[in-house]
Amino acid sequence: MASALMPLLCLAGCSGGVLEPQGPIGAANTKIIYNALAIMLVVVLPTIVATLAFAWWFRRGNPRAQYRPDWVYSGRIELLVWAIPLLVITFLGGVIWIGSHKLDPYKAILSQSKPTEVQVVSLDWKWLFIYPDQGIASVNELVVPAGMPVHFSLTSATVMNSFFVPQLGSMIATMNGMVTQLNLQADHPGDYYGQSAQFSGDGFSGMHFTVHAVPEDKFAQWLERARNAPSALDRNGYIALSQESQNVRPFTYRAVEPGLFAAIATQQIPPGPGPSGGSGGVSVRPSGAK
Amino acid sequence: MLGKLTWNAIPWDQPIPLVAGAAVFSIAIAVVAWVVLKGHLPYLWREWITSVDHKRIGIMYMMLGLVMLVRGFVDAIMMRSQQALAFHAPGYLPPEHYNQIFSAHGTIMIFFAAMPLMIGLMNFAVPLQLGARDVAFPTLNSTSFWLTATGALLVNLSLVIGEFARTGWLPYPPLSETTYTPGVGVDYYLWALLISGVGTLMTGINFVTTILKIRAPGMSYLRMSMFCWTALAANLLIVAAFPILTATLGMLTLDRYLGFHFFTNEAGGNMMMFINLIWAWGHPEVYILVLPAFGVFSEVISTFSRRPLFNYRSMVMATMAICLISFVVWLHHFFTMGAGADVNAMFGITTTIIAVATGVKIFNWLFTMYGGRIHFATPMLWSLGFLVTFVIGGMTGVLLAVPPADFQLHNSLFLVAHFHNVIIGGVLFAAFAGATYWFPKAFGFRLHEGWGKAAFWLTLAGFYVVFMPLYVTGLLGMTRRLQHYDVALWYPWLLAASLGIVIMAGDAACQVMQIVVSIRRRDALRDETGDPWNGRSLEWATLSPPPAFNFAVLPKVHGGEPYWEMKRRAIETQQLPAEPEYEPIAMPRNSPTGFITAFFATITGFGLIWQIWWLVGIGLFFAYATFVWFAWRDVDEYVIPAHEVARIDRERRRVHDERLQQDLRHHQEPA
Repeated sequence: MASALMPLLCLAGCSGGVLEPQGPIGAANTKIIYNALAIMLVVVLPTIVATLAFAWWFRRGNPRAQYRPDWVYSGRIELLVWAIPLLVITFLGGVIWIGSHKLDPYKAILSQSKPTEVQVVSLDWKWLFIYPDQGIASVNELVVPAGMPVHFSLTSATVMNSFFVPQLGSMIATMNGMVTQLNLQADHPGDYYGQSAQFSGDGFSGMHFTVHAVPEDKFAQWLERARNAPSALDRNGYIALSQESQNVRPFTYRAVEPGLFAAIATQQIPPGPGPSGGSGGVSVRPSGAK
Repeated sequence: MLGKLTWNAIPWDQPIPLVAGAAVFSIAIAVVAWVVLKGHLPYLWREWITSVDHKRIGIMYMMLGLVMLVRGFVDAIMMRSQQALAFHAPGYLPPEHYNQIFSAHGTIMIFFAAMPLMIGLMNFAVPLQLGARDVAFPTLNSTSFWLTATGALLVNLSLVIGEFARTGWLPYPPLSETTYTPGVGVDYYLWALLISGVGTLMTGINFVTTILKIRAPGMSYLRMSMFCWTALAANLLIVAAFPILTATLGMLTLDRYLGFHFFTNEAGGNMMMFINLIWAWGHPEVYILVLPAFGVFSEVISTFSRRPLFNYRSMVMATMAICLISFVVWLHHFFTMGAGADVNAMFGITTTIIAVATGVKIFNWLFTMYGGRIHFATPMLWSLGFLVTFVIGGMTGVLLAVPPADFQLHNSLFLVAHFHNVIIGGVLFAAFAGATYWFPKAFGFRLHEGWGKAAFWLTLAGFYVVFMPLYVTGLLGMTRRLQHYDVALWYPWLLAASLGIVIMAGDAACQVMQIVVSIRRRDALRDETGDPWNGRSLEWATLSPPPAFNFAVLPKVHGGEPYWEMKRRAIETQQLPAEPEYEPIAMPRNSPTGFITAFFATITGFGLIWQIWWLVGIGLFFAYATFVWFAWRDVDEYVIPAHEVARIDRERRRVHDERLQQDLRHHQEPA
């Protein structure tokens, strides 16, 4: 059924989006989208056809249609109209229960290899990715080894955002003072579009990033290059970074102060400052807006 | 002296709001000048502004809703055109302006277009269908309306004085806290909704009381029309849910004004609490809008199929099931906030259970048509459009209730397409169906069918051309509220959607033409019978437009379709029932309480937004004084003498008798 639907939806041109997943999580989510749609279409399509057919057949001018002005109840039909939707959602309820548990974003991906750890911080208005095991960090650019799971711990230095790479799978919210978790994997090398999926203010539209999934040796090379980057990320550097800025080009930090992520998540470092100064009136715009 | 208000509050540097504001302002001045110069002001004051008649208030709600619908639609045009232009480009709206537009669009469409349209229909039709003379608390009803108008006025004022919220139609903290949004935009939002929310809550109390306590003799609960049932369910939801909204927004207001920490990042605040609370109101709100819509479709489909509503009891059960279950599904609005699998699954399943009740309704409408003799008048076309469109919207909604699917589609344009699919296909189609259906009852002449049908087909086409591409862009990973983007895949679909908005604009033009043409040809479209559609419920038993007291003698109800049965009995006995003995009728007097209270509420709101405390004091004092003055009134009713009642009702009997003689000549059934 799912494969029969594919061409229908792909009329939409499904390269690059949710419907062309590049990892196990995205693929499983997409499969559930197809299955749920298929289950529902079994009822929805006949309903649409019946609506149009009934309306046309029982039009006023049709002498062959039987007019039944007093037919107001039928136990059999009553049973049917409750039973059909109930059956559908019983079936769908199973999909929901199993799907929610299997695809819980916190659940680790079964794999031979140890997951790469990435700590994600959403800032006004860019993404900071910290690699705690490698001791480096990057902004608006996420490089991961292809074919291996990645475990994300996520928080926000500012307002709520949502970390989302459509082709890799599930999104998850990032919130200040809290840590959420997410497990994703890119099966093949490639570049995947990522963005914030929770509106976060004036610079929100520029808050996208690219995920580069690369073979293991390329990943090692990238780490090497990153370690030669000009600046390192310490507390003061982080506080400078947490000021509002828009459409930030990707760059890397050669080193990260240990424990920085925990300090952000537990609010040892205070949340981002937001727009500077003023109160009220149109003259008060976040400094980055103009 | 003027708090935060300075000349800088007026956006001199931004031509779009400035020109729009100037245009609206000039039109308003012109209308007021015309009213005053032509001497219409006393009439307007006497017959409309101070009216406590539920029919007049209903019509004013509809007019407010339609004007705000146009305002929200202009925002929609700007959003679609911005996204069509903003591929690898900044477009013509900078983020700080674009963000206000989508926030205003959502706020206005839900609170000041959809809500007034549904409340307007309920105001107009529910007391008539119940066989009542008015609602339980007529002056309160007028106050509710004017407080809603206050909210609408404050939101629109933000166009030219200051700014509107840039935080989306639900201002999620911490973005909406003063740290991240220091301007007055969020304050406009908060006070507009706090004030109009009082009005909505009073409407809920008023209608629950009316439906429970004021029904014609013999009208048991299970003899009420389906529209009254859905109105009861919707108003129960208002009474239960709107206090949550007011409390939630009140807490955010305390955060912003007095430095509380309910939802802040610091000092133990938790923004997740806001998101839970706002959706604990927000999901029932969806059903507050769509249940009355279901009621309208039930009336229309039954009337134009010439059949009673099929499986009535099952429909009542489904309505009340939706009413209850709508309170235990709110978490599906944030599956991606990190709740565990058990919680997500449980809320996903409760959400799909609502779809069962909705499915039952859809099937019963189908079987109402089955065996019917269907007249494709404009209201019926809207209903058929609804059935097809809503089924699709319902399906995508259930899909979003499946957590793993939502993990991919949450906050995407797929979601945007889904809720427009159900709100346009459900609520807006119902508003147009209901307005066309009850228009002749309100004004005594029908709306022009040709323009109405043109409007229907353009809306239907426009809807699909706008929102099917948005479903696709959502599947292509596009998130909502983007002011610009660089992804080539999305671009053609957004261009297509902007083409759809042009079709929608054609629809808006047809709707305006429909009203203009209908008024000009009102003599040709006149309905003398009071029953132009061969209706089945009590509103059609009286004249069009109905007299102030609705029914000269309260109708005695013996079954589920009282007026249909009256017509049948008249045909069987070949005569109308004997003329009743007419008695004088006491009706509530007009009162300016609502208008004056709302005037001072507007002043209070404006003062609070700009922190002009002396103005707040004046506004609060006089708003309260108005209530005290109203509470001390000596006379609150006037009496319509028996001979006047008799004169009006004899006219109705003459019309009905003519119709009966005609029916007896032609058919045995009511024609």
